[in-house]
Amino acid sequence: MTLEPKALAELGARMAQGTPQSVALGLRLVSVEPGDAAMVVPYRADLVGDPATGVLAGGVLTTLLDHVCGLAVASAAPALTSTATLDLRIDYMRAAEPGKDITARARCYRLTRAIGFVRASAFENDEDNPVATAQAAFVLGGAMPRGAGA
Amino acid sequence: MSLPNSERLAELLATIPYARFLGMTAELAGEQMTAILPFSPHLVGNIMLPALHGGVLGAFMEMTALTQLSLREPQRRRPRTIDIAIDYLRPGRALTTYARADVRKVGRRIANVQVEAWQETRASPVAALRGHFMLSAPDSPLFGEGE
Repeated sequence: MTLEPKALAELGARMAQGTPQSVALGLRLVSVEPGDAAMVVPYRADLVGDPATGVLAGGVLTTLLDHVCGLAVASAAPALTSTATLDLRIDYMRAAEPGKDITARARCYRLTRAIGFVRASAFENDEDNPVATAQAAFVLGGAMPRGAGA
Repeated sequence: MSLPNSERLAELLATIPYARFLGMTAELAGEQMTAILPFSPHLVGNIMLPALHGGVLGAFMEMTALTQLSLREPQRRRPRTIDIAIDYLRPGRALTTYARADVRKVGRRIANVQVEAWQETRASPVAALRGHFMLSAPDSPLFGEGE
């Protein structure tokens, strides 16, 4: 059983525009299918981590990856549910290219009644040449709801 | 190098656009830095609770690790993150969040750092981070610290 297309679209819109932090970062929804989601963070000078290079701060990717992983888990669930991050591991393969928007795509590869396991990567254009990859576990509708992805 | 640490710290954070985006500040007591993230509505990830975005907590702890390393290794260029692992322990509520970094190892090129973030009491952390960070090699590898 998966979410209806209408519920999926609602969920995607809510994740992009429904939290103050996603609005502050300007996150945009690229796509959402059951267990598979992608979002973009547009490049902005005020999100830079090292002014000498103009590279986006790692924290921006952390938030983008957490957010899109949460969406992938929520979209895999059989009904609309809240999710909270249990843990999130990120490997930084290389610096993001200055001036470029970053896309993150996440796939929830296993969902139990309580936990969603998800992998994601962040890249400029090519998913096979990632800036960073992530691995996370989320708890579904648990006792510590932090909101989808947050 | 001649600046007192507290001034170097303020200068360091002021030059990082993303630290300003978060609204992060820090205080020093001797060598020990406490990073401070005052609550701000734009940091919220869940409006129902409300709760800080998990990504923001992770980002704040990563910045804490990077800043503590820069303070400790002033002769090197800004450290770069290799990997981080974040554990979420409690929802971050609409309160000021604090973080401290424990630099467990600084080698010639790589540092291992643990960070814990808390709100009301340090005994109830909201999140923890462990990370590896790449340091630029000291001026001469022959006279640098051993790995």
